[in-house]
Amino acid sequence: MSALQERISAARSDGRAALIAYLPVGYPDVDTSIAAMVAAVEGGADIVEIGVPYSDPGMDGPVIQEAVDVAVRAGVGMADVLRAVTAVAAAGAVPVVMSYWNPIERYGVDRFADDLAAAGGAGAITPDLIPDEAGAWLAASDRVGLDRVFLVAPSSTDARLAATVAACRGFVYAASTMGVTGSRATVGDAAERLVARTRAAAGGPPVCVGLGVSTGDQAAEVAGFADGVIVGSAYVRRLLDGHGADGVRSLSAELAEGVRRAKVQA
Amino acid sequence: MTLSAHAPAPDVPDATASGEWPDATGHFGVFGGRFVPEALIAALDELTAAYEAMRVDPAFLDEFARLQRDYTGRPNPITEVPKFAEHCGGARVLLKREDLNHTGSHKINNVLGQALLTKRIGKTRVIAETGAGQHGVATATAAALMGLSCTVYMGEEDTRRQALNVARMRLLGAEVIPVTTGSRTLKDAINEAFRDWVTNVETTNYVFGTVAGPHPFPMMVRDFQRVIGDEARAQLLEREQRLPDVVLACVGGGSNAIGIFTAFVPDEAVRLVGLEAGGDGVDTGRHAATITGGDPGVLHGARSYLLQDDNGQTVESHSISAGLDYPGVGPEHAFLHDIGRAEYRPVTDAEAMEAFALLCRTEGIIPAIESAHALAGAMVVGRELGPDALLLVNLSGRGDKDVETASAWFDLADRTAPTDPDERAVEAGRGAEPGPGLDTDQHATEGAVSNDRAVAGQDAGEQQ
Repeated sequence: MSALQERISAARSDGRAALIAYLPVGYPDVDTSIAAMVAAVEGGADIVEIGVPYSDPGMDGPVIQEAVDVAVRAGVGMADVLRAVTAVAAAGAVPVVMSYWNPIERYGVDRFADDLAAAGGAGAITPDLIPDEAGAWLAASDRVGLDRVFLVAPSSTDARLAATVAACRGFVYAASTMGVTGSRATVGDAAERLVARTRAAAGGPPVCVGLGVSTGDQAAEVAGFADGVIVGSAYVRRLLDGHGADGVRSLSAELAEGVRRAKVQA
Repeated sequence: MTLSAHAPAPDVPDATASGEWPDATGHFGVFGGRFVPEALIAALDELTAAYEAMRVDPAFLDEFARLQRDYTGRPNPITEVPKFAEHCGGARVLLKREDLNHTGSHKINNVLGQALLTKRIGKTRVIAETGAGQHGVATATAAALMGLSCTVYMGEEDTRRQALNVARMRLLGAEVIPVTTGSRTLKDAINEAFRDWVTNVETTNYVFGTVAGPHPFPMMVRDFQRVIGDEARAQLLEREQRLPDVVLACVGGGSNAIGIFTAFVPDEAVRLVGLEAGGDGVDTGRHAATITGGDPGVLHGARSYLLQDDNGQTVESHSISAGLDYPGVGPEHAFLHDIGRAEYRPVTDAEAMEAFALLCRTEGIIPAIESAHALAGAMVVGRELGPDALLLVNLSGRGDKDVETASAWFDLADRTAPTDPDERAVEAGRGAEPGPGLDTDQHATEGAVSNDRAVAGQDAGEQQ
């Protein structure tokens, strides 16, 4: 079984959803960003999405862009990402890399797969790579046994949901709304409907929801219908506002309480 | 249907017929495809299906032809430029006059097609990215004509460089949003437009300005732009009873080049030459010559060549021409390059400005600085081929928008004016002397630059 799915299943047997924290490597610098990831784990994150900085993050809103821009300008690269992977694994969470496709392609798909597996990474989430274009990544991740997480969206047709779920291993990333990353006042009904449709499309891997979740209450709401709750911009906001690792740890604690509040249907 | 260079005139191809590529999923060999968030796939599928239906719908074809004739002013002429050609090794040079289109460039060809498509799929709002502002102006124009709401994303840096076009777009009723993320230029405007689109896709269509981006944009924009080459090919055959030896066009994203190349791609004896923005010289790293100086990778939804560093980060491009200042290029150009059907060469800022000044002074035509890169290419290729060669150059736009840039480059300011000419010269990236192309008496020069070496205007031609 995949490392990601195993961790999410363990959370489910506790009667709760998994908490997945996103932080980019290199903001405000590499060491501090790794310390923040470790703090997120200490606060209660089950899985950390380790963000690879990218110059053209088309799916990200202003908060993540601002942080990632700093990392890009500082020349943060895959070696730094792999160091973060090892640190997160040592802290006891499951590390999964989140990367736009070009940095992986530039590094070399096979080399990336080998090095990520060696560093103790579970796999990768690729927000601008659809399974239709993922031939090299499907082969490489199969070869070394890495998870691969693709996205589904409220606009996905049933046929695309089925095909995408079939290509996923670890979990399916359900984008809660049509839009970019960032906090929202409400997560909305679209996410719940999408999770239901994704589950109906195939009895595949767990379904985790991202985009827009920033508070413990929202985490509790999403935990009521999803297997995992993904939070990104709210974590990054803590760093942008200068709250550092302590701010990240306390947010994790609030969110971890949220995912435990809702009783998940087994 | 391969034709020899001197074949008699065939029928003009169907104005919207596709070539042999891309394949059904939008790939030109290994290039192209769709590298976008899943959330956009449904919209891209809808656009592809609607476009496939529209391109064979006689009602659309009639309407498109009517707009091109009555609104754009097509067909535009080809103009022989013998005095300019004296600087091209005596080769004959003919210009395809896209500068005479309504709105001043080839960009209108594409936006009329995409605006009709927007209405066909029942959306009421269009968004667009723009660099120099030409595509933004064209989109704002089509939106005004067809009653669509229009938002244009433009890098903050470019809104300053091209303030005139910002005012034009606002006059036409468009909202112009300066983009302050990343490098604040065209590439960031495209990112921002994609973010708007993924958020508002139910009401909004993205009118993409070039032959880049995810499928179907490279195919669709090519089909809307191929009228340039279809017309020019027929005009040349009628006028000269032969095909050109070389077709030249500037390449940023590459829409005007694909537009004029496509009709000639089957004519194997016709050389296709794309001129990329060499900026300060490809060796300096300050350029926008994506195919000459870049590597394959993924940017803005497609695999193609791009300027990138070892981490796969897009590198900022540099060109005096805002319309060519883009670190990517359309996937069909990458494909034409790799199969050897087209060749791509860099032209420096200095070489382009020299050609710009020469065309102004010898023929009374002020070209867009983008198009001046193609003219500079003709000067080089003409000298290589000699007097028997027939060169067809796409004059993709006119230079009204570039008057300020050219004034600064050539130090044309009224010396009694209160503003400091030195300051403008410094802004143009050089010292207080006029840039290559005009001497201190403001006479056009030739031979001011060669092999990426710029010589100050007053010394131009000395070495000849």
